[in-house]
Amino acid sequence: MTTHGQDVRALNAATAAEAGGPPQEKFLDIAGLEKIYPSREGGITALKNVDLKIGASEFVSLLGPSGCGKSTLLRCIAGLEQPTSGSIRLLHKEVTGPPEDMGMVFQRDVLLDWLTVARNILLPSKVRRLPAAQWMPKVKALLDLIGLAGYENRYPWELSGGMRQRVAICRALLLNPSLLLMDEPFGALDAMTRDELNLELQRLWLADAKTVLFVTHSISEAVFLSDRVIVMSRSPGRVVENVVVDLPRPRTLAMRETPEFSRYVSQIRRIFEGFGILRGSHARE
Amino acid sequence: MPENNDNAALRRGIHVILVVVGFFGVWQLGVMVAKPPNYILPDPISITREIASAPLWYLGHAMRTMGATLAGFAVALLVGVLSAIGIVYSRVLENTLYTLLVALNSVPKIALAPLFIIWMGTGLVSKIAISFLIALFAIVVDTVLGLRSVDPDATDLFRVMRGNSLQSLLWLRMPNALPYLFAGSKVAISLALVGAIAGEFVASQAGLGYVILSAQGAFETTRVFAAIVLLGILGTILFFIVDLTERFVCPWHVSHRARDRGERGGV
Repeated sequence: MTTHGQDVRALNAATAAEAGGPPQEKFLDIAGLEKIYPSREGGITALKNVDLKIGASEFVSLLGPSGCGKSTLLRCIAGLEQPTSGSIRLLHKEVTGPPEDMGMVFQRDVLLDWLTVARNILLPSKVRRLPAAQWMPKVKALLDLIGLAGYENRYPWELSGGMRQRVAICRALLLNPSLLLMDEPFGALDAMTRDELNLELQRLWLADAKTVLFVTHSISEAVFLSDRVIVMSRSPGRVVENVVVDLPRPRTLAMRETPEFSRYVSQIRRIFEGFGILRGSHARE
Repeated sequence: MPENNDNAALRRGIHVILVVVGFFGVWQLGVMVAKPPNYILPDPISITREIASAPLWYLGHAMRTMGATLAGFAVALLVGVLSAIGIVYSRVLENTLYTLLVALNSVPKIALAPLFIIWMGTGLVSKIAISFLIALFAIVVDTVLGLRSVDPDATDLFRVMRGNSLQSLLWLRMPNALPYLFAGSKVAISLALVGAIAGEFVASQAGLGYVILSAQGAFETTRVFAAIVLLGILGTILFFIVDLTERFVCPWHVSHRARDRGERGGV
């Protein structure tokens, strides 16, 4: 695992040297991916012909309406679903099951109610039979970083929804994975908490840039967080556009009202409109 | 919020005591006014006197019944939880054992009590067996439900962490099933008491069921009532033992319930 970590850091440096250009190093390489769910009528195509290359330390959002296969794509990358055809290669290694060097955050925080906050965060180390004492300092550091210092011995049911999702993020980050997958992690939160967590996530990412794949159906959330937004459309689920977001970091909430930010948002909205999504009721059949 | 919960609990406690005291009060007054013969309906004061006249004798019989109930319940808990795990993890066991359990559940198990007396004699073992059999179903059904009703995201989380199936059983499915197991246990402990009494009714030399049956033969209605009152106390104690254990073992669930109640009460 150590050598793996160094590998990633080397890749990070390589990507940084590219400064703005498209990432050459293939941290994650998806080619010709297709996912068909069996059904009585011969199968529902959830993903068709997805080609995607993602560099180390990139923050990439998968954006699209519900049913466009963005979650399916993420689950294929996580090794939770087997693609029907095509390949997913993580650091030149074919993904066949959940990769070792990966953390994942789900829409529901799935904290275990019977464990304290610290024990919940320690879960990935417990599953791998690593000594808890050795990882406690990391738990404290993560809680500090995310604004929950001193919450180690609280129980999940004592926390608000936003706090719980922060703990879930800490859990995903415990073993310092180079790839972080997030499946609509803030979808169930209210707008203000969501903004707050967007800022926290950006702060975490700036402090320690991991490759993040972030599934969302909010255009402004995608633009705010990402280096690159992969726009997807449905029936069948496919990638229709690749929007590079060139806004300075750290980004602030006020930035969302600037013309530059709005330009990205309307650019993406127009893509959806072109596919008959977001056109209002008159456009529907 | 916790203060509100405490207040609510206190108010509920006072409520229960008032209702119980009121019930016995009305009974006492009714008997004093209507003066029914003693062998039809004795008054609460006579029943209390009856128990006080031979407290150790009653305690001995109560202990005997409680022992049979607890032993039957404990075996049902062990066998029930193991069966539930088997049923959840094995399609074969689900199709055979679970199907059989559900089918056999339609037979009133008290009807089997005489059979157990034939097989195991009139001693304690037959009472434990009946108690076990009658309590088993509730525990299996609720534990199976609990083991199955795990959030699919949590199952995915364990897969993503590359946990094996033993880890996900011990650290996810089992704790998740605990509240269900306790719900089943609360039903099962009361049923286990019913089973023990049923066994004592059929054939026995000791236990509250034996006290009731022998007193009935001699028309000593006061003694029948004394045993019934003790059974009521015993049932309540057994139920609260389970309830207290639940508070200790899964406080997260108890707090959920308290919060749910608080929210409903608040609206």
